[in-house]
Amino acid sequence: MSRGTTREVEVNCVVNGIPHKLRVLPMARLLDVLREELRLTGTKEGCGEGECGACSVLIDGELINSCLVPVLQIEDAEIKTIEGVASGAQLHAVQEAFIECGGAQCGICTPGMVLAAMSLLEVTPQPTDAEIRNGLAGNLCRCTGYMKIFDAVVRACEREGVKA
Amino acid sequence: MQTDAIGKIVPRKEGRSKVTGAARYVDDLDMPDMLYGATVRSPAPRGRIRLITFDEDIPWDEFVIVTAKDIPGENAVALILLDQPYLASGFVNHAEEPILLLAHADKQLLERARRAVKIEIEESPPVFTLEESLARREIIWGEDNVFKSYLVDKGNVDEVLDSADLIVEGEYSTGAQEQLYIETNGVIAVANEAEGVTVWGSMQCPYYVHKALLKLFALPPEKVRVVQCETGGGFGGKEEYPSMIGGHAALLSLKAGGRPVKIIYDRAEDMVATTKRHPSLTRHRTAVTRDGKLLGMEIDFVVDGGAYATLSAVVLSRGTIHAAGPYSCPNVRIRSRAVATNVPPHGAFRGFGAPQSIFALERHFDKVADAVGLSPEEFRRRNFIREGETTATGQVIKEPVDMAGLLDRAFELTDYQAKRERFTRENADGGRKTMKRGIGFASFMHGAGFTGSGEDYLKSVVGAEAGTDGRVRLLAASTEIGQGTNTIFAQIASSALGIDYELIDMAQPDTNNVPDSGPTVASRTCMILGKLIESAALGLKQTLQGAGLLAENYTQVEWQEACRLHVEQYGALKSFSQYKPPPGVHWDDEKYQGDAYGAYAWAVYVAEVTVDLLTYETRVDDFVAVQEVGKVVHPILAAGQIEGGVAQAIGFTLYENVVWQNGRMINNQMTNYVMPTSADLPPIRVHFEEQPYAYGPAGGAKGIGELPMDGGAPAILNAIEHATGVQFTHVPLMPEALMRGLGETT
Amino acid sequence: MRAYLPDYELRAPQSLSDALQLLAREPGVWRAFAGGTDLMVLLEFGLLPHKNFLSIRHLPELKGIEVTPEHILLGALSSYTNIQRHETMRREFPLLCAAARETGGIAIQNRGTLGGNIANASPAADSPPALLVYDAELELVSARGARFVEYRNFHTDYKQMDMRADELLCRIRLPRATGDLQTYYRKVGTRKAQAISKVCFAAGGRLSDSGLIRDVRLALGSVAPTVVRCTRTEDLLHDQTLDEATIKAACAMLAQEVLPIDDMRSTAQYRLRVAANLLADFLSTLKTGDASSNSTHEHA
Repeated sequence: MSRGTTREVEVNCVVNGIPHKLRVLPMARLLDVLREELRLTGTKEGCGEGECGACSVLIDGELINSCLVPVLQIEDAEIKTIEGVASGAQLHAVQEAFIECGGAQCGICTPGMVLAAMSLLEVTPQPTDAEIRNGLAGNLCRCTGYMKIFDAVVRACEREGVKA
Repeated sequence: MQTDAIGKIVPRKEGRSKVTGAARYVDDLDMPDMLYGATVRSPAPRGRIRLITFDEDIPWDEFVIVTAKDIPGENAVALILLDQPYLASGFVNHAEEPILLLAHADKQLLERARRAVKIEIEESPPVFTLEESLARREIIWGEDNVFKSYLVDKGNVDEVLDSADLIVEGEYSTGAQEQLYIETNGVIAVANEAEGVTVWGSMQCPYYVHKALLKLFALPPEKVRVVQCETGGGFGGKEEYPSMIGGHAALLSLKAGGRPVKIIYDRAEDMVATTKRHPSLTRHRTAVTRDGKLLGMEIDFVVDGGAYATLSAVVLSRGTIHAAGPYSCPNVRIRSRAVATNVPPHGAFRGFGAPQSIFALERHFDKVADAVGLSPEEFRRRNFIREGETTATGQVIKEPVDMAGLLDRAFELTDYQAKRERFTRENADGGRKTMKRGIGFASFMHGAGFTGSGEDYLKSVVGAEAGTDGRVRLLAASTEIGQGTNTIFAQIASSALGIDYELIDMAQPDTNNVPDSGPTVASRTCMILGKLIESAALGLKQTLQGAGLLAENYTQVEWQEACRLHVEQYGALKSFSQYKPPPGVHWDDEKYQGDAYGAYAWAVYVAEVTVDLLTYETRVDDFVAVQEVGKVVHPILAAGQIEGGVAQAIGFTLYENVVWQNGRMINNQMTNYVMPTSADLPPIRVHFEEQPYAYGPAGGAKGIGELPMDGGAPAILNAIEHATGVQFTHVPLMPEALMRGLGETT
Repeated sequence: MRAYLPDYELRAPQSLSDALQLLAREPGVWRAFAGGTDLMVLLEFGLLPHKNFLSIRHLPELKGIEVTPEHILLGALSSYTNIQRHETMRREFPLLCAAARETGGIAIQNRGTLGGNIANASPAADSPPALLVYDAELELVSARGARFVEYRNFHTDYKQMDMRADELLCRIRLPRATGDLQTYYRKVGTRKAQAISKVCFAAGGRLSDSGLIRDVRLALGSVAPTVVRCTRTEDLLHDQTLDEATIKAACAMLAQEVLPIDDMRSTAQYRLRVAANLLADFLSTLKTGDASSNSTHEHA
């Protein structure tokens, strides 16, 4: 049996502010590299096809489904995962709001949802209800019916100093 | 400091770990020397396993391979019956039935190997629908394809059907629905001869898995340990299935000499192979007087259980008992059956039979109302059950239920009457229309806890332990799966003891450390287990007071001091509480009569829709859920349960269509089996009424986890009928079917 | 993840020129890999038979949106987000912006590319109908030079296109003469976001001062093996009075120009009927008058 001929390649990137030199197969999913190589398990797999958004991360500030990114393509990129959102013990306004408003139930969609909400507020600081619904439509939640997630986004806006 | 936490918005116990990504689900765990496991499954729906070949291309000597022959105990998943094998040997009864297991350290190679095992099946004629099963052209299970049947017989229905002014008939059906928890099924197992079996995983019921493993491995209870990890949604889909996947991982680990084995299903495997909601078919014959009083109801209710019995008897039971709804009717006969088909066994999904039978009833009652010449609500008002009256099983309602009041409230919140009239007018006025609007409702109830003698049989136990610092650890097998178990239990204990919510911890559900509190299902966690938590906590107080260490009234500091002294003097400070049925509850399992549930939550849901006449899509514009729930323990968690359940009900009604081909779900990916996104759902507005249940915790809480699943489908289809004038009778109602129903096919 | 990763090669060429040289030297061996939003899904299901890919995502010649007096030129790597945020695109090409907004969700829009969408050649893609209405042209480059292909001739059959193994899609060119076109876009999917279309309808047209139908462009997705421009229906409509008879005749002609199928998501019957409904709706929205209205009638 041929075990494949592709060699691992070196990929340099910055994840949550920390530079990494990875040795990986070029087509490996960024999702798996984050979870398995870097042991950043906050980013989740929900569908493996870019439908559910549980794997969302920020790549150079843009919300992206990490299950659809081959690791070769993040050469020189800056990646932020859920682990990089809080500043030490200080939670981000969106995280605080999720706790206050009940935006997380089982929590599996929450990392992706928090990043999606942060990304939305970065682009549209005072979103309307329709803009919130549209901005989060790529992140599926089976537990909440989204209502308390919308509340959390609105609460995060209301708090002072909402920043990405 | 929050000591009177009931009814307050306290932070979710594990909220911080969830929003920071620190919460550990099973696939986040790693163990040294771990292997990955995969399942090789039947390609055909029914037949004899003729040949298994292993393609030459793979280094099989590197793999751990497990077949039925490797099972030390019994090859059966212990649940109710023992008909479902862990691994098929000889015959298969559904597509995707597990036959063989593989393990290897290289996940990539493992997947390649999985595809390199070829299973040849000598096929027999399969049965794919409940109609085919009832017709009995092929017997595929037992003597007559029937897993279970029930008969509820109240009064004399035949007499009434002979003499009634008016009889209205109808037939209603529901399709399968996938639970679609965002975290798929997964486990890690370690099994060796010396120490026994340990399974960690995503699950709702650690003791169900425990019981199943005992049988699979022929081990005594102390040699099996099951631990629940943070679980990313269950909704019933992880009630029974973890026993299967847990057993598989453990078998591989045993064969691998005790190396840990992790099995995580990808989405495609989870959807195609694991349980779904039972499809159903309900026939109604309803006798009414000319002024709309119910005289008699004859109901035939059938559910499709798939290939093995699993939980179908219990799903059938709940569906049967809820089939006649919150109405007073002197003569009721409900005949129900759960039948076998050659598809992967169907299983628990929020509502558990009730959404199916309630859908039929509430659709049918709009039809009956129309036949009598009454509005849907007037017909309901004339028949709502009241205190002192009896249900279909003869249960006397012993609380002041006010369905009419709930209806009034729901109508007020939605401006129902005005909209009903306005939409009727607007839909009828001439001219080219691109949309029509409708508003409809459903009235229903949902019983909490196990049916009849079920809770008695479970004899659930919970415990509470106080440490030297006065912190209290709650010991229960009740799992947190998003609904808020950890939080409400802590609220209840905190309130019972008068100490800070922050001092209460939940022990991780680990069968080594927590007693068997029964499964996390049946809307029992708050109402039944919450009550036990309350009394276990009070037991700690009583112990301290009995030992003279704590006064009648005390401060938190005094509490902490008392705990410290007690532990130092007497050792561990623990208190256990076991379920006892409330007085005056009687259930006859033979006749299927009596007090089916300790308490019911009562509800009226209203849906407002727009039907797009260009695309035949239905949009729910507004949804109001009004329910009486005894006592709201946590306003946000309670509302969250209703909102989430309504969202799933909307999915069940308009979006979630399982496409079957040759007994297999072929749209088994999220691209093609669609649940609603944030852009699809309406505002879901929730209103609670409280009529405390005497035996409920925290001042009278009832169970609400499944209730919100029941009302959406009939309310929406009633609204669509208002909009279009067409009597749709099946969910999911897809645009293609709506188009056909409108007669617009060319 | 069902693919055996050691079998897959992904390389990032240093420059466009290097990429084109490699494609010329080893024809058929290498395929372009842009955002990956289609290819990675196939990979994950173990359904990607092709094994060698060139990552083109970093090549500057394929990026950017250039506006000239006559045209707008979209780099093949333009993402759906890039398209929606571009002022000229919003003002003059609302159909393409509507299509971009309906594609997936935000994360897909950030990553997916217009060039990738075209080259993936799914008949259900959201942007191609808009491109057909706008008479798009594709610039294909190779080691041998560059050529322009009219997009309406590009897709020849299901997943077949007029693009050679050594070519890369470089830019999409749209003529800017859209001022007086009234446009209509409707994607009918399985849900409002993250959906594959069952029917995708893009149209443009206007009425003359005397109320005759002019300059109609009708393009549909998900109703044939490729995206289609319904030229026979367009011809039938040209210079006709806008009335019930005309609409009826147009719908009948449309039914002959499309070839929808039954599949896991929908039925041929539904697709046909909805396409006709949308055509009738589009026609009924055409108004005489001020050309500067350029209102795209869209449904969220």
